[in-house]
Formats: sequence, structure tokens, C-alpha cells
Amino acid sequence: MADVTVKELATADRSAGKRATGKVIFYATVIFLCVMLVLPVIAFFINAFAFRWFYPQLIPDEWSLQAWQRLGLLPPPGQFSVGNLLAQWTSVPDVIHALGLSLWIGFLVTGISVVIGIPAARALGMYSFRAKRLIEFVIITPTIVPPIAFSLGLNINFIRWDLALEAAGINLGLSGSVLGVSIVHLVPVMPYVVLTLSGVFANYNADFEAQARTLGAGPFRTFWHVTFPAILPGLFVACLFAFLVSWSQYLLTFLIGQGRVITLPILLFSAAGSGNNAVIAALSLIFIAPAVLILLVSSRYLSGESGAVGGFGRV
Amino acid sequence: MTHVRINNLTKAYSGVDAPAVADMDLDIPSGRLIALLGPSGCGKTTTLKMIAGLIRPTAGDISFDGDSIVRIPPEKRGAVMVFQNYLLFPYMSVGQNVGFGLKMAGVDPKTIDQRVQEMLDLVRLPDISDRRPKQLSGGQQQRVALARALITKPRVLLLDEPLSNLDAHLRDEMRELILSVQRDLGITTIFVTHDQEEAVLLADRIAMIFDGRLQQFASPDVFYRHPASERIARFLGGVNFLPGKRRGDTVETDVGSFRFAPGGEDERPPEDGLLTIRPEQIVLGQPNAENTVQGRIVSRIFVGTYTRYRLALGSHQIEAVRSADVAGDFAEGQDVPIGFPADRVWMVRPDQAA
Repeated sequence: MADVTVKELATADRSAGKRATGKVIFYATVIFLCVMLVLPVIAFFINAFAFRWFYPQLIPDEWSLQAWQRLGLLPPPGQFSVGNLLAQWTSVPDVIHALGLSLWIGFLVTGISVVIGIPAARALGMYSFRAKRLIEFVIITPTIVPPIAFSLGLNINFIRWDLALEAAGINLGLSGSVLGVSIVHLVPVMPYVVLTLSGVFANYNADFEAQARTLGAGPFRTFWHVTFPAILPGLFVACLFAFLVSWSQYLLTFLIGQGRVITLPILLFSAAGSGNNAVIAALSLIFIAPAVLILLVSSRYLSGESGAVGGFGRV
Repeated sequence: MTHVRINNLTKAYSGVDAPAVADMDLDIPSGRLIALLGPSGCGKTTTLKMIAGLIRPTAGDISFDGDSIVRIPPEKRGAVMVFQNYLLFPYMSVGQNVGFGLKMAGVDPKTIDQRVQEMLDLVRLPDISDRRPKQLSGGQQQRVALARALITKPRVLLLDEPLSNLDAHLRDEMRELILSVQRDLGITTIFVTHDQEEAVLLADRIAMIFDGRLQQFASPDVFYRHPASERIARFLGGVNFLPGKRRGDTVETDVGSFRFAPGGEDERPPEDGLLTIRPEQIVLGQPNAENTVQGRIVSRIFVGTYTRYRLALGSHQIEAVRSADVAGDFAEGQDVPIGFPADRVWMVRPDQAA
């Protein structure tokens, strides 16, 4: 009897120890992530509204909106009025233009990647066929191969095709155009979309579609009423990935856009070279705002409980 | 009311030697309830899906009321299939599920609501329209699936293993429901099952399928009285087989000759085959009856409502079952007259040696 009690106590002790270790690791991870991710954002906030911020000041002693004024988002000092503000904005400052372009390319890339990705992921997730592993490998290579390696090659090809098409009287203009940049963004975006959606389709029961067909739904309405709602949570996650990956592309936009497609990252990198901390910080805030917004809105879809990576095949 | 005809229907998959379905011919009169019966992998579900339009046949034809439908897409055939696992759309309410077919047909919402209620009444689940499929039991889901299929008044109703996912007491209930609904609505119904009991309980006629080929298409009692082959007889629980040769209406075996009643014109027993009789139809202990030979009781198992005997007959062993309400009992080792009533004896084609 006594033996048992001692043993039980020992076990309880050990598991309590395990729990404590687990807690330490958990909090260490949280603190690490905060230091690496949240603190810089706080620093950006302070910088974006500081006039000067020198060591060893903990916070700047002079505040200003100079960064926002320089970016053309606020009227110059002393001239603040609603009319001036409107005039500033309607003349479309570079930042707003870049923001719009980034959004437009992001949505375009998301749309195209999903339209291509759904059938591809369906094939990979639901069927087995010859060379399936090879195709999977090819699809994920962009995540392994450095972007500069394939983007340089792509740019040369784009220029070549442009010239060839021009000779044939077609002015497609892939190189240095929004279309060309969007197509190139698909390269790093597709792996995320296809991998996310093939997880969805691996859990998907296509008999639901057959059922809808025999009940009188044509192929399109079957997709709309049956397939689409089933893959919606996963599709949402795939769209998020697609948008954010496109949103953060610098190198590909820079190379293929040839300085003519100015998205937010391009603007941010050129500002980074200028050395004005306040402007860099302000631009960075604008740059991360959509990502943070999207995450806040969508966090419930990303939690483990929702069927983000499962269709209703498991029901 | 639709007359379904299947002619030379064949489905072959590339890379597979044996076709999944080969030269299937079936003539299903309007308003009948037909079972496609066979072991798993015999091609019965493939046949059902070809009728539904979910699988494209390699060759052959299917017609509804004389019009070929093989080129018509599934949504326009008017053949609704109820899958084995019900497949209720999980993000729709029960009412929306049942109304799905009418919504696809473009019926106005008010009429849909009214018809949904009618169908739910028909399957005796009047109050669950607002629930989610997840909240229902398996039996309820099955009935909702049936209501969803019937709401469009299909020309042909296709059921995949309609009873096999249900508990014993639910099976009886579901069976009654399917029978009464089918009779009331008069919809030509074809269902697939691997369970001979399910087929016998439900079907007007059974199409027995082995290895993608139709073996016999007849009413359930014919399968018991006059099975076409040893394999069919065994599939339906037959255990007694004695090799013999037929001379007219007599079978000669190495334990004696037995007279048998000839079947119909299309049921011609083979010349050289196996004599078969079901265990419950063997008559024990009546020495003066026709077709009676002498055997010995090898073992005896009392099961309650009946007693099961193993009998030695020459070099063969056969099984007999005797209902508890028939007087008389036999001990192990006892010699006993064994009678094969002429109208219960049948000759079957033997299986090819494997």
C-alpha cells in the first residue's frame, strides 16, 4: 500500500516536472516571438512619428508628422486644412499609387493562382497517377530555389518573347509590365496554393458531387453548391497565402518590372537607401498594415478547430 | 413509371484484364423493385452508376422507355441515386437538403417548402426540417436521403446498399418504408446489395452478378428452388451438392436415383452436374416416401427452434435442418431414411475447377 503511494507520488512529481518544463518552453517561445516581431513594429510606430530619436533616449523628445508630410499623405506644416488634405490625396501620392498597384497585383495573382490551383490540387489530392511525385516536386521547387536564379532567366525569356511578338505585330509587353510581374509572382505563390488546397482535396469526398449531379445539378452548379462550400475554408487560407506572398515580393517585381512597376516593397527598398528613418518607418507601417488586418479578420479560420485544411470528407 | 432496358452493357478499364461489367442484359419492367446482388467487386455498383450516368459505359446501351440515355448527362436523366453513406450536404439544413433537387429544377421557394414538408411527412420525419444532418441518427439520415431523392419524382430510383448501414431493428423499419413508398409512387427502383437477405426481403426480382456477368435474373423464390449454378446456390446458403447425371427427369448419383420436377421452359438443368437440395427441405425418418435413401446421423446440434443434423450418405456428407415442431428426433450414429422430395430437388451447373 505504502509502496503504491510512493510510486504514485513519484509519477505525479515527474509529470508535474514535465508540465513545468513545457511551460518554460511555451513562455520562452512567446517572448522570443514578441521580441522578434512585436518590438520592431513598436519601434516603427515611434520612429514614424518622431522628429529625432537618438541614443540614449528611451522615447524621442520631439514628435512630428514630417514623415507623413514627406510621403505626401499630409499637407506641409502650417498648411493643414481639409481642402489641402483632399488636394494632396486626389493628386495620388507615390505611396498611394504603389499601395494600389500592390493590392491590384495581389488580387490578380490570388485570382489566377486559385483558378489554376483548384484543378491542380484536386488532381494531386484525390488521384494517384504516374509521375505524381515528380509533379509535386516541381510545384514546390520555387520554395527551394533562390528567386534570383529563376527570375533572371525568366526576365531574359520575357524580353525575348516580347521582341518575337512585337515582330509578329502583337504588343504583349511582359517585361516591365504589371501583367509580366503578376505572372512571375505566380511562381512563388503556386506552391502555397497547391499544397494548401491539395490537403483540402485529400479529405474531400467527390461522391457529394456525384450525388448533386443525380439530383439535377449541372457541372457548374455542382461546383457552386457542393464543391465550393466544401473547400471554402481551405480556399480562404490559400487565398491569404497567395495574397501575402505576392504582397511581399521585392526581387521578382524589381527584376521583371524593370523599375517601371513600382509596388510598395520597391518604394520601401528605395526609401531604405535614403536613410530617413522616419520615412522608412512610415512606409513599413503602411506595408504591414494589410497583412495585420487580414490576419485579424481571418484568425478564426486559421485556428485548428475550423476545417481550414479539411473538406467535409471526414464528416 | 419507367421501363429500363440494359443491352450488352460493358465497362472495361484500361490496364485491367477482366471487364468490370461484361455484356449485361437486363429488362426491368416499369414500377418494379429490382436487386443487383453479388459479392463485393462483382460490378453491381458499376452497373448502378452507369444507369445513373456517373460512369460512362465502354459499350452497350441503357434505355428508359425505349429512349437511349447513355449520352444524356446524369442531371438530365431523371435517375436519382441514394448512396450507401447518405451524403447529406453537411452545411445545409435537412429542409435545404431535401429541397435541393427542386431548387436545381428552378422551382419557386414556396412550392419547395411545401413539397419538402410533404416528403418529410412521407418518410415519417415531419419535424426536423431545420436541423443539421450531423444532428440526425444514421436511420434518420437514410430517410432524409430517400426524401431528397424522391422529391424530384425521379423516373428511376437507384439505391446503393440501402439497408447495410442500419441496425437490425432499423432495417425492418427502413425496409417497410422503402417498400411502401416504392409501391405508392410506383417508381422503378434498382438497388445494389451484397447481402442475399436484403435482396430477398426487398426485391421483386433479383439479378445475380458474379465477375461482372449476369448469372441469373429471377424472382427470389426461384433462386431458392431453381438456382442456375453451384456458385449461386452456395451464395444463397446452399450446402448440399451430390455429383450426378440427369436422365430425363431423374438424377443418377452414386447413392441412388432421384426423380425431380422439371422447371419452366427457360430453366433447363444441365445433363451433367450436381444435385442440390436445401437443408430445411430434406425429410428425415419417412422410409416409404419417394426419393428416399438410407443414411446415418453423424452429428446433431440443437439450436432451439430447429435442430441441425450432419448426415453421412455413402461417401458424402450432407446437412439437414428439422424444425422443432416436427415430431421425432434422431440420435448421433442412428441410421435414418433420408427423403429428397421431388419438387425440392434441383440440378445445378458445377463451378469450374479453380
